[in-house]
Amino acid sequence: MYELLITHPFISALTALVALAVVFGGILGFAAVKFKVEGDPIVDQVDTLLPQTQCGQCGYPGCRPYAQAIANGDAINKCPPGGQSTINAIADLLDVEAPTLDEEHGEESDVKKVAYIREDECIGCTKCIQACPMDAILGAAKQMHTVIADECTGCDLCVEPCPVDCIDMIPVEKTLADWHWDNPANRTAVQHHDIIATDKQPSNDQDQDGAAA
Amino acid sequence: MTDFVVILISTILVNNFVLVQFLGLCPFMGVSNKLETAIGMGGATTFVLTLASICSYLVHNYILQPLGLEYLKTIAFILVIAVVVQFAKMFIEKTSPLLYRVLGVFLPLITTNCAVLGVALQNTAKAHNFTHSALYGFGAALGFSLVLILFSAMRERLAVADVPVPFKGAAIGMITAGLMSLAFMGFSGLV
Repeated sequence: MYELLITHPFISALTALVALAVVFGGILGFAAVKFKVEGDPIVDQVDTLLPQTQCGQCGYPGCRPYAQAIANGDAINKCPPGGQSTINAIADLLDVEAPTLDEEHGEESDVKKVAYIREDECIGCTKCIQACPMDAILGAAKQMHTVIADECTGCDLCVEPCPVDCIDMIPVEKTLADWHWDNPANRTAVQHHDIIATDKQPSNDQDQDGAAA
Repeated sequence: MTDFVVILISTILVNNFVLVQFLGLCPFMGVSNKLETAIGMGGATTFVLTLASICSYLVHNYILQPLGLEYLKTIAFILVIAVVVQFAKMFIEKTSPLLYRVLGVFLPLITTNCAVLGVALQNTAKAHNFTHSALYGFGAALGFSLVLILFSAMRERLAVADVPVPFKGAAIGMITAGLMSLAFMGFSGLV
């Protein structure tokens, strides 16, 4: 066998390359099984950052489908319930510039809201129950409905389907139990009051320098 | 022991693969826009280069040489490099999905990074033994990572610098790379 390989360079070259290819193919095949990626881990990480209101304002049926879409390259600024903080967090995760919220999909509201059904006007049509992504509306056909306030994420998807317009979005009042200080990351406050010492020149001075140069 | 140090200094500084031998310029210009990406790319290339130089040494000395098939070394090395890169790709995809996403197309492009093939071919040309081959590949990768990281740090600052309009973007990058290359020429008196 070895004799044959030595005396016929063509056969030896062929054998050597085929053998190499087979061995490497085996290694890669083994690695493909060993390092198999279950699902897309990026999707999971984006999904945990999204607010899980399942409101569908982004145009996808829920938060996880939107996370999937983001992983496939969709815009990250379609989530009004999450607001700018969620956009910043996703941008940070994916290492991209943070865009501002796309107003087309709804506005970010500063106060948390819950749906409230004016119960004496409710005709028991169950349309709002079908619209609610969180299953937060209790009721049956021709029975009065009501909203479980703790479950409601304030996505206002139930307002539109109601035929008698008896659903209001009311702001949640702050109580002693959930009151907290405002976050310090308020950019306008920093700019106006110079809370943090910096040697950075105000931006309008730089513009003047550039124009002069 | 001294020859180890000599090989490392020679590959990292004196005969730096990017700035002195001009191998692997594509990722050097392509992945140097952000420091974090550059560090990731440096790590991936170090892994691939070291493993590829070891594997190509084994293939050359234990398969090609006994059969008198040295003329096949280029195609055999390309095969080795392709496999190692593919393996590295699977490994990174499993261990660090974010790095995998950031590196994107540049990860499979390590295959066509001529520094990897260059190291393997130079190992056989210089008749290095096993440890020297591994060290040569490792040193070359360290040199590559070093200049990639230095260059990306400079480009991050260049991005906000007041560069004249005709020189903005890639042009100033090229000029900076040229100046870095000149600076690295200064190391030629070291060994």
